[in-house]
Amino acid sequence: MSTPNSYMTGPDERGLFGIFGGRFVAETLMPLILDLEREWGEAKLDLAFWEEFNMLAKDYVGRPSPLYFAERLTEELGGAKIYFKRDELNHTGAHKINNCLGQILLARRMGKTRIIAETGAGQHGVATATVCALFGLPCTVYMGATDVERQAPNVFRMRLLGAEIKPVTSGSGTLKDAMNEALRDWVTNVEDTFYIIGTAAGPHPYPAMVRDFQSVIGKEAKAQMLEREGRLPDSLVACIGGGSNALGLFHPFLDDKDVRIIGVEAGGHGLEGEEHAASLTGGKPGVLHGNRTYLLQDADGQIIEGHSISAGLDYPGIGPEHSWLRDVGRVEYVYAKDTEALEAFQLCCRTEGIIPALEPSHALAHVTKIAPDLPKDHIMIMNLCGRGDKDIFTVAKHLGFDMASVMGETTQ
Amino acid sequence: MTTRIDTKFAALKAEGRPGFVSYIMSGDPNYDTSLEILRGLPDAGADIIELGMCFTDPMADGVAIQLAAQRALAGGQTLPKTLELVQEFRKQDSETPLILMGYYNPIYIYGVDAFLAAAKAAGVDGLIVVDLPPEEDDELCIPANKAGMNFIRLATPTTDEVRLPAVLQNTSGFVYYVSITGITGTAAAQQDAVAAAVGRLKAFTDLPIAVGFGITTPDQVAEIGSVADAAVVGSAIVRQIEANLDEHGKAKPGLVDAVLDYTRTLSQRLR
Ligand SMILES: Cc1ncc(COP(=O)(O)O)c(C=O)c1O
Repeated sequence: MSTPNSYMTGPDERGLFGIFGGRFVAETLMPLILDLEREWGEAKLDLAFWEEFNMLAKDYVGRPSPLYFAERLTEELGGAKIYFKRDELNHTGAHKINNCLGQILLARRMGKTRIIAETGAGQHGVATATVCALFGLPCTVYMGATDVERQAPNVFRMRLLGAEIKPVTSGSGTLKDAMNEALRDWVTNVEDTFYIIGTAAGPHPYPAMVRDFQSVIGKEAKAQMLEREGRLPDSLVACIGGGSNALGLFHPFLDDKDVRIIGVEAGGHGLEGEEHAASLTGGKPGVLHGNRTYLLQDADGQIIEGHSISAGLDYPGIGPEHSWLRDVGRVEYVYAKDTEALEAFQLCCRTEGIIPALEPSHALAHVTKIAPDLPKDHIMIMNLCGRGDKDIFTVAKHLGFDMASVMGETTQ
Repeated sequence: MTTRIDTKFAALKAEGRPGFVSYIMSGDPNYDTSLEILRGLPDAGADIIELGMCFTDPMADGVAIQLAAQRALAGGQTLPKTLELVQEFRKQDSETPLILMGYYNPIYIYGVDAFLAAAKAAGVDGLIVVDLPPEEDDELCIPANKAGMNFIRLATPTTDEVRLPAVLQNTSGFVYYVSITGITGTAAAQQDAVAAAVGRLKAFTDLPIAVGFGITTPDQVAEIGSVADAAVVGSAIVRQIEANLDEHGKAKPGLVDAVLDYTRTLSQRLR
């Protein structure tokens, strides 16, 4: 494959990044998708739109998020100089809000009066419910029944924020089924409803639009690094579920050829079996949820459930731009296993006093693998895209800490 | 090129009645039972058969067809087995048009050219692939037309007149009008609205118009049949399969007859 002049010009007018992306949706949705594309095309060039986005990003979300030199971690690993891009400090605790803010501004611009979303771990659901409360729009969140049970605190948060949560029992009752159900809702309520997709996937223009909203991460990081170190970083590392936090960090650096870029997928129990969510390493191209991309699937093209200790990573697909970036060789894709993420999670708590989400713990797991062998003047940015409050129950369980009995003792 | 579908609609026109199109999921509740149902459908009044290809993520389908797909998958149904089923059916029936309906990924993974060749050889006449709008015609629609297979497009209440020519451009066999904005087997089609929509479509195409999604009772079949060239029923038939399973999901004795008898009560309303 030939090397493009720029990696930042995609997608083309059909929504394609190479062979990936596109608009594989039912006819009922097609006019809406075209409408959305038109509106997004206009909003993107409208200074007033970005003024409002930037104002809310600053005053409501708390941007810019700091670029923080993780000194103790750097010492502990003994190699590369590690910086965290601290999107975990955002309001609602993850990068998801950047995208939700952008999309709800667009929904309002389009005169839509009802918002729907899918969620896995509940982070995107919480972020969507949050912006809906902020703008006074009714919000329905589809969440796999299995995830509703696993992520009770986020379910309650969404309720408090006024959202209606619809547990999805169809299929296997996880994120991909929640997305199917959200699409079914959208097909049924085409007139008034805006679907806020939570990652850089789905039919065009979603992958590009979500990337553009999340690119605030990379743009800030670039400016902050230039100010701090007077030069670009040598490498970037981010975790990948659908790929939005990663693309947000990566995209502004894609044409900086000397910056090495690494995406870390969820390796679950390892790639030997089916218990993982590494679509790029363990899947092959297929068509699902409106786009062609790498998918976990069997020989008949049936989709296989992703598995990860992190509910935000266990999606069987990945945004189409990542599929393309992989095939053209611009970004390296690796994976970290559940156990490695758990180790990294604890390391971050111990050395930096930061409880990270399990998702970026995968990115950190990879950092711990490569940083020790890199020179001390190698500068690395890792996207710390979420905080771990939502994960303490899961982690406690895996570490054999009986939270329920401790709570029982203290209340007796 | 005239296909079985063209021939059938010409015959229906000569008879002066609308056609009845029945949908079942291939492999639901298992391969043998669905073959038996399939073989009985023409005699139960199915003028055209739509055979679902199961997929794990049927995003345009309601609960009835989702469950049918899950039953088929649990029974080990695959796209090659669906083609085998068609081949078996064709040994006894060389006239009833048969259309495969489903989602793109299993076809894409099978390989478009290989799939078209195998489907043609098995006796498939047309394809309905829900997640391939005209914007993606290069994928399967154009190759299918070249292979002599009808590619039947869905037109919906959201398809406006600006968009309609694009939707109709590479469509052949008939146009499938989706009578509701929604998924299969949910809201009820409204006769007035459908009549108006069919009229609108007729101004743009000479192809027959079949109407589906939202037709669940014999009365609705009659109502929609009176304003369209054919009425399609899926979820209601599939629910009859569901209703005739035991607590382990196995076919109860009499399932095939129950499904076919029910289909007859629907199809009779158009004769
Ligand atoms: C903190 C966090 N990081 C990452 C992800 C994965 O999504 P993406 O790959 O789109 O960033 C999620 C999803 O829920 C998340 O909550």
